[in-house]
Amino acid sequence: MLKALTLLLLFQLAGEILSRLLALPVPGPVIGMALLFLLLLTRGGPGGELRETSNTLLSHLSLLFVPAGTGVLLHFQRVADEWLALSVALVASTLIGIAVTALVLNMMIRRGRRDEAGS
Amino acid sequence: MSNPIADIWVYLAATPLLGLTLTLVCYQIAFAIHRRLGMHPAANPVLLAVAMLVAVLLATDTPYPVYFDGAQFVHFLLGPATVALAIPLYAQFERLKKLALPLLVALVAGSLAAALSAVALGAMFGASRELLMSLAPKSVTTPIAMGVAERLGGLPSLTAVLVIATGILGAIGARYVYRLLHIEDHAVRGFAIGLASHGIGTARAFQVSEQAGAFAALAMGLNGLFTAATLPLLLPWLESLFRP
Repeated sequence: MLKALTLLLLFQLAGEILSRLLALPVPGPVIGMALLFLLLLTRGGPGGELRETSNTLLSHLSLLFVPAGTGVLLHFQRVADEWLALSVALVASTLIGIAVTALVLNMMIRRGRRDEAGS
Repeated sequence: MSNPIADIWVYLAATPLLGLTLTLVCYQIAFAIHRRLGMHPAANPVLLAVAMLVAVLLATDTPYPVYFDGAQFVHFLLGPATVALAIPLYAQFERLKKLALPLLVALVAGSLAAALSAVALGAMFGASRELLMSLAPKSVTTPIAMGVAERLGGLPSLTAVLVIATGILGAIGARYVYRLLHIEDHAVRGFAIGLASHGIGTARAFQVSEQAGAFAALAMGLNGLFTAATLPLLLPWLESLFRP
């Protein structure tokens, strides 16, 4: 647990440093994820401890968004002022995003299968 | 003649203990409700926990920064959790490799559809410029979205709230979209929800299956990269279309 957590933090730190050093628009943790992924590829997979720790962290992923979400307190006034535009834009664009992604991906996968079957 | 309860309150309110404990307690109550309702997506644990916390903070007249002093310890774990997404990603690597091209095409289409429809609809319903720029990056994970909003001239802290709202909406709404469109494949379901509603969608996808979760994690990472790279270039152009 402790070793795995340290490893995750080290990769986050490395990502953070790379992100600043190269002035990348991508935040450190995402680069850390990519780096860890590369390490797993060369190593042939995570050890048991790393797998367990990441499972624990990810099984409570929702919890980690609660503090930022509570920040809605700071924006009550604006939300009240622009509630209509805000709710229409949020609800519709989220569902549109999901629908477009799923449809395009489904179509592309089917086409790939058809090409495979035809060749 | 001091009031002991008031004294204890003054002491506790100044330590991070209260904000941290409150976050964990509210989340666990929220999750128990979520489970009691058969993990129904409409009883989203983030939504329930935030509602409870807002009620408590308002009732006790606690300012958000005081609460966040404690809650930041939970917030901080978003970093290592993001790094940890590499593990489920690795587990699905074989399937991912085979689907590389379809995934990339879906990424571009879905990412643009989510961001541009948000800005277009917001503009149609008269949102202010600040709000539009805060809305644009709302489908990607919090740290990226806040950075992008800042570069666009939005309000990063408002973006954080919109990001969470988008995550909750996606986690609630995705199943109805999939039912309507007859989407069955867990890889497709996961990828779409992770793309449009980042970590909260990913958390929901992991409840459905590990495969859905891994594809959601991949989509979240890819959309983060794609949005951070394209939105700051794309939006000024789009703005000139809407506001001549």
